[in-house]
Amino acid sequence: MNTLTSMSLAGGPPKAMNTNQKMAVFLGMASLFILVLATFGIDFPNPAAWLTAALGGMALAVVWFSRAAYGGQPGGVKNNGVWFKSVSGRGIWAWGLGILLTGFYIVLYFYPQYLGLVRDGDNRGLIALFDPLSRAMSGNPASQWFVYGTLYTLAIVAFGIKFLWKYRHNRYQVIRTLSVMFFQTAFAFIIPEIMARLNGDLPYYDLKNIWPLNYYNFEKYRVNAFLDAGNIGLAMLIFGVVSILVITPVLTYFFGKRWYCSWVCGCGGLAETAGDPFRHLSDKSTFAWRVERWVVHSVLVFVVLMTTAVIYSYLGPDNSKYWLSRPQFLLGVAALLTAIFAWVMVYRREQLRKDARLGASAYLLVILGLVAFHYLSDSRHVFLFPSEDLRKTYSFLIGSIFSGVIGTGFYPILGNRVWCRFGCPMAAILGLQQRLFSRFRITTNGGQCISCGNCSTYCEMGIDVRAYAQKGANIVRASCVGCGICSAVCPRGVLKLENGPLKGRINPKEVLLGNDVDLMKLVNENT
Amino acid sequence: MLSLYLVCDSIRNNPIIESMHVAIIGNGISGITAARHLRKLSDCSITVISSETEYFFSRTALMYIYMGHMAFEHTKPYEDHFWEKNRIGLLKAHVEQVIPEAKTLLLDSGERLQYDALIIATGSRPNRFGWPGQDLDGVQGLYSYQDLQALERNAPNRHTCRRAVIVGGGLIGIELAEMLRSRDIPVTFLVREPSFWDGVLPSGESEMINEHIREHHIDLRLATNLKEILPDARGRARAVVTDQGETLECDLVGLTAGVSPNIGFLRDSGIEVDKGVLVDRFLQTNMPGVYAIGDCAQQRTPVGKRRAVEAVWYTGRMMGETVAQTLSGNPMEYRPGHWYNSAKFLDIEYQTYGWVNSNRSRGEEEAHFHWRHPGEKICLTIAYQPKTRIFLGINTFGIRMRHEVMDHWLTTGQTVDQVVSSLRQANFDPEGFARYEPLVRHAFNLEKNTPQ
Repeated sequence: MNTLTSMSLAGGPPKAMNTNQKMAVFLGMASLFILVLATFGIDFPNPAAWLTAALGGMALAVVWFSRAAYGGQPGGVKNNGVWFKSVSGRGIWAWGLGILLTGFYIVLYFYPQYLGLVRDGDNRGLIALFDPLSRAMSGNPASQWFVYGTLYTLAIVAFGIKFLWKYRHNRYQVIRTLSVMFFQTAFAFIIPEIMARLNGDLPYYDLKNIWPLNYYNFEKYRVNAFLDAGNIGLAMLIFGVVSILVITPVLTYFFGKRWYCSWVCGCGGLAETAGDPFRHLSDKSTFAWRVERWVVHSVLVFVVLMTTAVIYSYLGPDNSKYWLSRPQFLLGVAALLTAIFAWVMVYRREQLRKDARLGASAYLLVILGLVAFHYLSDSRHVFLFPSEDLRKTYSFLIGSIFSGVIGTGFYPILGNRVWCRFGCPMAAILGLQQRLFSRFRITTNGGQCISCGNCSTYCEMGIDVRAYAQKGANIVRASCVGCGICSAVCPRGVLKLENGPLKGRINPKEVLLGNDVDLMKLVNENT
Repeated sequence: MLSLYLVCDSIRNNPIIESMHVAIIGNGISGITAARHLRKLSDCSITVISSETEYFFSRTALMYIYMGHMAFEHTKPYEDHFWEKNRIGLLKAHVEQVIPEAKTLLLDSGERLQYDALIIATGSRPNRFGWPGQDLDGVQGLYSYQDLQALERNAPNRHTCRRAVIVGGGLIGIELAEMLRSRDIPVTFLVREPSFWDGVLPSGESEMINEHIREHHIDLRLATNLKEILPDARGRARAVVTDQGETLECDLVGLTAGVSPNIGFLRDSGIEVDKGVLVDRFLQTNMPGVYAIGDCAQQRTPVGKRRAVEAVWYTGRMMGETVAQTLSGNPMEYRPGHWYNSAKFLDIEYQTYGWVNSNRSRGEEEAHFHWRHPGEKICLTIAYQPKTRIFLGINTFGIRMRHEVMDHWLTTGQTVDQVVSSLRQANFDPEGFARYEPLVRHAFNLEKNTPQ
């Protein structure tokens, strides 16, 4: 007997869709086909009408499909056949979709001319099809980013409706999903376009897109544009700095990183809605966890170095150009990082694994060493390489390849949170905050866990939730985005996302669950 | 340096225990918990023997494999490298015989295995009550990995299995019904009792579950017994005959009328058995050095109101932890504390803390307050002593309760009035969920102020 194969895959369970679902898929494909035709250069006589038909058709198709799938059934967990279906079970459709999405991202980032982008002239193809909508909103012709933003928002809204239908019995899920739908539509899509119409000098700014996710926020052209746009621009620049230094830690202290990652963020928004059918594909092995810790924190170090170098490069040697000078800035960065490091090592040392202590120390030494080297030598570049090279490398490797091509293109193969888990520096910062000083935790309900593994399977961040739940321990993990699905799929009511006092939040000791004396002791220790 | 090492070692370890070989029969939750805790607490050598699967998997998740929620891989709580890393030996074999006098196990391969201490954790097997035709092809229970494989053969889809009949209205029966429905297989569900699980549940709850079963298009036949299973020409089940005189054509018969200890191989071993392996409070059998835990163990004196044999996930886990303590030189009695449990009936989660008896089995000393949500499938029942008003237990359906709080209330002897007024403290529903406490309180006060 081979216990390694999932024998159900051979069993022939129902994969067929009902008639309504098939009709919805047909409508969706037909609408998508309009966009494909436009991409290949078919000129539509009335682009506004055809665009409306395409976008409306796709949205309607998703809603129709959801209704056919979940309507008319009692509310509850709707995961039947997830591993049997080709598209959600890494079958042929999953690979096909993955290649299609990956290809789309490569064209979008590197070959926008194939989508019809014309630099000094009228757009053609797909982008021309979106011109009427873009002109209606901002007054400008469309760009590849406008096309992408529109489709992205449409995906979050349409698949958000699907998600709402699927989880309608769970109010936490409903509220959270309405929140990501709102933030995407208002903050990422509508407000920046309207701002561009009202004040053409302002750079495009999605206010919820915080540095370092928005890694280009403090580049020279943006900072100058902010400063040139008067008080409103200055306010936005200050908001950008305050977001990461003040707003983020405060909100994470109270609610955990979920306030951002699964309630507000656009990447999280797409992952939670369009990416929901792929959440179970995340790798849960301890090996993957080890890779995650090194990779995501290395990206964070990279973005700090890159941003420091970029800002340094356009500051003046004294305060005549900007209010901040090069030495002030560089020493300020070094001091801030050292202070954070010192605080963690003094107050949270016992909560860090050995490799975390080692990694943090090594990275700090490298950064301080580079700063010292810069002062002691006469190197022109603060971190050995020209800042522009660092910026370009980051933008290409992390900003495009990791977040787009791999992060979203590989949804059907690697799961919907690959970027958030392994690549996002914002998630890394929020994760450190969540792990080290937040009131958030997932509570395990005494001895009710039956180790079934639904929680771990459906954790999009690849956290082995069951490993904690079955020993009665709270789950306090840096990567947890607080989506609440573990709690939703638990058949025994074992998990609850909660905010509470820091004391007793992390309780890794195993206890005799339910045995008289020990449970009481546990209760007393925790109160 | 060496002497320092020896001193430390002798403090940390008891040499007799360290050199011991503990054999554990069964790699379910009980046996595996015992193995893991033994490894934590001592340096003895450990062998876990099972003929079911190579690695520990969670039996409770079998249904989710069939329903496509999980693959088999996901039901394994530990990665495969865990066992070697923790020096827990896994042996895929079937124990044919135990020879306690020689401290030897006889395996199906013909090999013999010596042990110093033995833990029997062989779990349960589905009950078969001598129905005619119960051994035909297409007739099965649902307990083991092999049962799941059989189900994949017997009922892969609704073309091969045009109808299934499930016999026995308990927790496994309703799980099997849910599984089959996930593949659109028509299900007829024969339940002996006049209402689903009403030997355990108070009537209001049982009735709500009846409604929910039917809402899922399961053909529920209450107060109906199986008389016999009819074969076709090839010796496969083709129909069942009920005591209502009806013949129901089907391709699968699921027998889910409870389970009993899986201890057939202990016959003539000298280890004392009744329904299960008889154990004392230290989980030791009549034979020194031989212990039994989990579903297959039977307490000589039941603990409190608990049954002598408890086929429950968490008691297996607790017994495993307890026996590991005892074998590591810290003798510990098995004290499972206040009764609690949980289950899920299709979409409705059920939790229970303390004792809430069914209408049939509760005596004079147990009064009930029952509340059901006017619109949704949500209800609860609180049991209390009518004279003292002391809180005895609670059942909730569609509401999650906090174990810690309930355990505390039961230990400290709260009254039903205190429980109802502080019910919110015990709520464990996810954030944002609707609050039922005001409705419950209102109904409770109304009932209290109405002369009986």
